[in-house]
Amino acid sequence: MLTAIALLPLAGFLLNGLFATRLFPNPRGTRFVTLVGCGLPILAFLLTLDAFAELRAGGYVPLSETLYTWISIGGAPFAIEFWFDRLTAVMVLIVTGVGSLIHVYSVGYMKGDESYARYFAYLNLFLFFMLLLVLGRSLLVLFVGWEGVGLASYLLIGFWFADPEKAAAGKKAFIVNRIGDAGFLLGMFVLYTALGTLDMDRINAAFMASPGPAISATLVGILLFIGATGKSAQIPLYVWLPDAMAGPTPVSALIHAATMVTAGVYMVARMSGIYVHAEGASQLVAWVGVLTAFFAATIAIAQNDIKKVLAYSTVSQLGFMFLAAGVGAYGVAVFHLYTHAFFKACLFLGAGSVIHAMSGEQDIRKMGALAKRIPVTFWTFAIATAAIAGLPPLAGFFSKDEILWYAYASERGGSFWLVAIAALTALMTAFYMFRLLWLTFLGESRLDAHAAAHVHESPFSMTGVLVALAILSAIGGFLSIPHVLEPMLPLPGILASRSGAHLPIVVLSVALGLAGLLGAWWMFGGKAERAKAFGEKVAGVRRVLEGKYFVDELYDLVIGRPLLWISENVFLKIGDRALIDGTLNGLAALAQRTAAAMGRLQTGHLHFYALLALAGLLGALAWGWRHV
Amino acid sequence: MSDALILNVVLWLPVAGIVYTAAADERRPDAVRGWSFALMLVQFALTAWLYLRYDAADPGLQFATRLPWIPDWGVAYLIGLDGYNVLLVLLTAFLGPLVVAGSWTAITKDVRLFHAMVFLIQFAMLGTFVAQDLFLFYLFWELMLVPMFLMIGIWGGERRIYATIKFVLYTAFGSILMLAAMIYLVWSLKTTTGVASFAFADLYGAGLKPAAQSWLFAAFALSFAIKVPIVPLHTWLPDAHVEAPTAGSVILAGVLLKMGTYGFMKLGFPLFPDAAREATVIVMLLGVISIVYGACLALVQTDIKKIIAYSSISHLGYAMLGLASVDLIGIQGAVMQMVSHGLTAAGLFFMVGMIYERCHSRNLADYGGIAKLLPVYSVFFMVLTLAAIGLPTTSGFTGEFLALLGTFRTAWQAHAAGNSTMLWLAGVAVTGVVLGALYMLWFAQRFLFGATRAPHAEHVRDLSAREVGILAALVAAVFWLGLFPDEPMRKTELAARQYQQLVGGARAVAALPATEARR
Repeated sequence: MLTAIALLPLAGFLLNGLFATRLFPNPRGTRFVTLVGCGLPILAFLLTLDAFAELRAGGYVPLSETLYTWISIGGAPFAIEFWFDRLTAVMVLIVTGVGSLIHVYSVGYMKGDESYARYFAYLNLFLFFMLLLVLGRSLLVLFVGWEGVGLASYLLIGFWFADPEKAAAGKKAFIVNRIGDAGFLLGMFVLYTALGTLDMDRINAAFMASPGPAISATLVGILLFIGATGKSAQIPLYVWLPDAMAGPTPVSALIHAATMVTAGVYMVARMSGIYVHAEGASQLVAWVGVLTAFFAATIAIAQNDIKKVLAYSTVSQLGFMFLAAGVGAYGVAVFHLYTHAFFKACLFLGAGSVIHAMSGEQDIRKMGALAKRIPVTFWTFAIATAAIAGLPPLAGFFSKDEILWYAYASERGGSFWLVAIAALTALMTAFYMFRLLWLTFLGESRLDAHAAAHVHESPFSMTGVLVALAILSAIGGFLSIPHVLEPMLPLPGILASRSGAHLPIVVLSVALGLAGLLGAWWMFGGKAERAKAFGEKVAGVRRVLEGKYFVDELYDLVIGRPLLWISENVFLKIGDRALIDGTLNGLAALAQRTAAAMGRLQTGHLHFYALLALAGLLGALAWGWRHV
Repeated sequence: MSDALILNVVLWLPVAGIVYTAAADERRPDAVRGWSFALMLVQFALTAWLYLRYDAADPGLQFATRLPWIPDWGVAYLIGLDGYNVLLVLLTAFLGPLVVAGSWTAITKDVRLFHAMVFLIQFAMLGTFVAQDLFLFYLFWELMLVPMFLMIGIWGGERRIYATIKFVLYTAFGSILMLAAMIYLVWSLKTTTGVASFAFADLYGAGLKPAAQSWLFAAFALSFAIKVPIVPLHTWLPDAHVEAPTAGSVILAGVLLKMGTYGFMKLGFPLFPDAAREATVIVMLLGVISIVYGACLALVQTDIKKIIAYSSISHLGYAMLGLASVDLIGIQGAVMQMVSHGLTAAGLFFMVGMIYERCHSRNLADYGGIAKLLPVYSVFFMVLTLAAIGLPTTSGFTGEFLALLGTFRTAWQAHAAGNSTMLWLAGVAVTGVVLGALYMLWFAQRFLFGATRAPHAEHVRDLSAREVGILAALVAAVFWLGLFPDEPMRKTELAARQYQQLVGGARAVAALPATEARR
């Protein structure tokens, strides 16, 4: 059954990718693509429900299925094996559930695109690799999925590849991810060398046993986390995610918000056996997380592209998840992953609906007052905004509150500074999200006449999905994921001195959300004149934030250009051409000159040749007499 | 027909092909192509049969033929399959029909002679792989040079003369050193044991003194290193590739370069184990330099053939690492990397040839947006690119992953023993996976994506059925080795173990992974 869950989307990829457009002419072709492309993921979701029922009936003993042995060297097999426990169940339900919704949404969004079949083929391919990632028992299978989702992401970001900028964004995503993957590979090598296995449950067990393995958990933890900073867009490798918004919007929702980018969080939670023994690595995870959250939130405040705001918000929210994982609250990290999947998917799809209504416009400076024109989109977007801002009783409130609490009070590294930065970030999150809401849907209309005439609500296949996700964003928090996962991922202990602080943290959390809301209202309500005046006052800061701290430019200057310069000028011009070929040509010239000189000996006089031959013979005889 | 006889038929079939082309009619080129293709196909079918019959559990020489040739010198006609060569022979026979099919429309001048040369190279390459006698090996090794020289020289591009001379000088220089070392090796075997023999199996036990080993190893290694090629002995390769016709590039990248790594595995390391162990770190260093240097140079090329040429240097660096690691996983990875590179590089050179036939340019700046113009072509190109990058599920991943893992295991042991040099090298080698993605995807982006731009774009048509067939065969092989490497790797495992014992001695055997407890 687990195998079927994973392979159904693969079948969809093959059917739509290879046959759909060839077997059926339109419009039957489109219907076939839709049926296969959406039907198989939904079927996978239903099978997952069944698998979950089986898991529960079996008292949560993990299910496993062996597909085959990939390779076996010296009697040590690398098996392709699926594994289904509480954590997998949560992940697979999110992936297939939210995934199916986004597939359905895409039917309306991508309608009429000339590459409709290719789109669904890629989307199914993504789902297949994502399921491998979360279903794999060994790090190797996880890595196959890990790289595979990167491929799907590459193909979908560059889906409209005729635009060189979009193709470049896809390439950037792949390469930045590869940097992380190199670290991840090293982590796998260390683990395999030390333990002789890549099965994650065995690795965890080995680290939990005493005495533990003879390798540093911190080293392994850091190496694997390097992989996570790539896939989950954390400092210093987050730079690809904002560019990834070049892809179709449902792709941004599915891959670059709800599922793929959370793979790093899943991996850290999955390998918690290592991280609980790696204090240094955990500290690093927490600090990278909280700083990324903060840093990305500051950028989000100054962005004017609706998708860019959401992209930086995703980077920021992923930072929150790593903060939770870094202080040992793995279940809480997965909790936020789960609520984030709902509200961020809802936001992105809502943004897609807005872009759809605006005939492709993404600049929020040219929007405003759309609420009445596209009410379903507005209300669902508003609910999701309130959820991400952490207003009770919406989903984001529960998970964010828990993160702040553990960041402060966890025995495994909770600290005042972590919670202080996180709280400030939460305030900024509420502010920039409500700013987005105001500038897009409320206030004054800034639409040009052409766009204003064409504004229309999206078809039901899209709005229906928005409503479903908005409902999940509203009530999803009542299912306490940390509690569900606790038997597998125990929550860290609470510092005794801080045990009384939970209520103040809850109050703080709500107050921050409201403050952000009020702040945005005050700034951007009406004609948003305060915002304009303030923006002019801090023009310098605004430029830096709008320019995203110029990190892309910095990387290009420090890494990109030197690499090209050295390759061109040192390796090619000096190394290959001057040194190696230069030497070679010099030798050839020398040989030629020697040959020319020797050639003069060939005078054509037979007597001279005979003389030489005689000399040679005498020499040979003399040598033979001495040596034989 | 006994299997040993079939192996002889496989080896000598190309000679029949040469005889056929000599007798054929130049005015009917399609008949020459068709019959050559059929002959190659028969050869592949027979090789595939032998591959299937190959017993993975038998460590000895299989399907062997042993005929005395020059008994006084101990020279014999000794051929057979073993774990070292079985996959490479299969690869060579697999590429044969594809090379003929791939040259169908590209070669219009001297069609008979061209096919004779393809057969001659095929004969020489297969002979080099199946030879189990050093003298025979050397003959085949030298024989490879001639048809390659002619192929570039006759059907090559504008600067073909420069390229051929460079190619011949480099390789001939290596060969001469190997010849001298070979004579000394057999002579010293005779002085110590009293028996002259060129058989590999006898030479493994020559028991040379370390000082002599160093010199002989250096001579053999230089010759093999030029063939691989290892930086800084590589500058013949880009020129040879650029000037060679598609068939030449495919043969060169597909099989010929593997002669170098195969030579290291079959002869260089196991014949001179003490010297090889001394040189491990240097070989690893050169492997890492090849990976990084090749990748960096691929990054700045403007000629699409040169990009793939330099990527070959980078990819075979992994194979060298795996061999130098003397770790079972690493050795297996090296073998896989050789075969995988043979498939992906051959495929990419075919594809460069296909676009060149259409647009008559190899200048990357002339192209853009090919994905819109040639969608089928672009799908194949993308798959082969991803295989070259080493994406999981392709053969490239199997090779790179195993080679790097093996290298890392050896490096970790050395680190535990107090020497961290190798660990640093392994760390740098892993950056190759980033650089590989960098140059290949940058290439793909400029070539396939963006606004459509290509010389003669208005006449360009997508792939023909013949071309699709060639590429589909290669892609199928790429996925076979990526998804199901177990069966082929079983057939090479015993040879890898033997290599490990010969080179590593007692130390390596003790560290077999089978002895590691699996929790």
